Amino acid sequence: MSTPMETVTAPLWGWVLLTVVKSLAVLIALLTAFAYMTWLERRLIARFQIRLGPNRVGPFGLLQPLADGIKLFFKEDFMPEEADKPLFLLAPAISMIAAFTAFAVIPFGPTDITLWGVPLFQIANPDTGILFVLAATSLGVYGIILGGWASTSKYPLLGALRSSAQLISYELAVGLAIVGVIVLSGTLKLPEIVEQQAGLWNLFVLPLGFLLLVVGATAEVNRAPFDLPESEQELTAGYHTEYGGMKFAAFFVAEYVNLVTAASVITTLFLGGWRGPFVDQIPLLGLFWFFVKVFAFVFFFIWLRATLPRVRYDQLMDLGWKLLIPLAFVNLFVASLIAL
Amino acid sequence: MGVITGSPVLTTTVEQFERLVNWARKNSVWPFQFGLACCAIEMMASAAARFDLARFGAEMMRASPRQSDLMIVAGRVSQKMAPVLKHLYDQMLEPKWVISMGDCASCGGVYNNYAILQGVDKIVPVDVYVAGCPPTPDNLLYGFTLLQEKILRDHPLHPVIQGKKTNHNEETRNRAKEPTTR
Repeated sequence: MSTPMETVTAPLWGWVLLTVVKSLAVLIALLTAFAYMTWLERRLIARFQIRLGPNRVGPFGLLQPLADGIKLFFKEDFMPEEADKPLFLLAPAISMIAAFTAFAVIPFGPTDITLWGVPLFQIANPDTGILFVLAATSLGVYGIILGGWASTSKYPLLGALRSSAQLISYELAVGLAIVGVIVLSGTLKLPEIVEQQAGLWNLFVLPLGFLLLVVGATAEVNRAPFDLPESEQELTAGYHTEYGGMKFAAFFVAEYVNLVTAASVITTLFLGGWRGPFVDQIPLLGLFWFFVKVFAFVFFFIWLRATLPRVRYDQLMDLGWKLLIPLAFVNLFVASLIAL
Repeated sequence: MGVITGSPVLTTTVEQFERLVNWARKNSVWPFQFGLACCAIEMMASAAARFDLARFGAEMMRASPRQSDLMIVAGRVSQKMAPVLKHLYDQMLEPKWVISMGDCASCGGVYNNYAILQGVDKIVPVDVYVAGCPPTPDNLLYGFTLLQEKILRDHPLHPVIQGKKTNHNEETRNRAKEPTTR
């Protein structure tokens, strides 16, 4: 299904087993990354604001995510009286599942490291590659809008509307920026796109596309300065106003995992994925380089949040429709010229 | 801890478990982003540099009552604001705590008149009173550490073991029947 079947020498059970093990490993890694990203974000933002940040729970406050998790787990389980109950429960689940699914096609290490012909550092390698990522991340909108709708409350509904409007607007710019890369490399498969960047990263070929993708991705994962869906002054807490405890935590997980996925996609498309010095000699270094690049982006997103104020809603829409989309067409034009 | 279950092994397990939950709750108290008057300015200061409430893991000021654990009543509560405050408190999920910050919130302070609620404890159960007009951020931080100590003495499993529910709302509803003006 995922890899060309002629290269796979594994028996069916072996292939299934490998896929399950890989998925579990990625799931656990992403959840750990989520937990420690909350810690990192709080510490870093504290440093940016000349504070210390959480430092009382364990060394350097490293047990803070654990304390938060246990607290949220033992908080009262709550459902608003007039909520649409099945949808209210389903919404955080959809958000979380969509966020995790998108990561399935990202090659996070050299794909020529195989066992039984199955690549170890990528869960699945469908022919549609990057389209799958776009599809899965777009599914996350359903979680948000259903969460807002099912709460039967005005702030969540308004927050959800805003969020979905924002996601759909920026999806266009992001999609067009990605089309530039696809035109350039002539394939949708992520490992091949990575391979083609062995000599020169796409960042240096299409700097405009890179910029568009970074801005668009920031808006798509609802991060500052585009975190309008949860602007406290206007919308209380946005689409998750009525959610508390673990259901709220699920939305939070989705948000941070989406951030990691966005960083991974940018890394894969523009920064040469797992490629880096000495990868050809020691292939396992690929994992390390991938981690370094993704981490640099996560740091960048946190830095952005500490630096920029939130934009106004009309400014956000103006930026998306009037600036990013025309620029994305220019980028596509340039990419086509290069590809010729 | 004073849990009686009959079995020493079970008692120890329950104790350990309660200690774990209390530890987590104590270190992850997310305050409600909610200010009423001048005390709120001091509350903001205590979250900012130099005082830094974040050290205790408590800088996550949540905008929604559903996600917050601690209501800091920072300022005077007018008769008109009282029902709103009560409503917001009821919307918070258990377990929840209240710090009454400043003289006005604690007993009416200098506003000894018909317009101001003479103490927020007439409508919500207060865990810690912080004195001062307004209290300095140090005072609020001290009050916060007292609250943490109080959380550590809590028994989260008591309702489960003894089969009865702690119902703060019931308690406060009875209290709210008392006359609110002097």
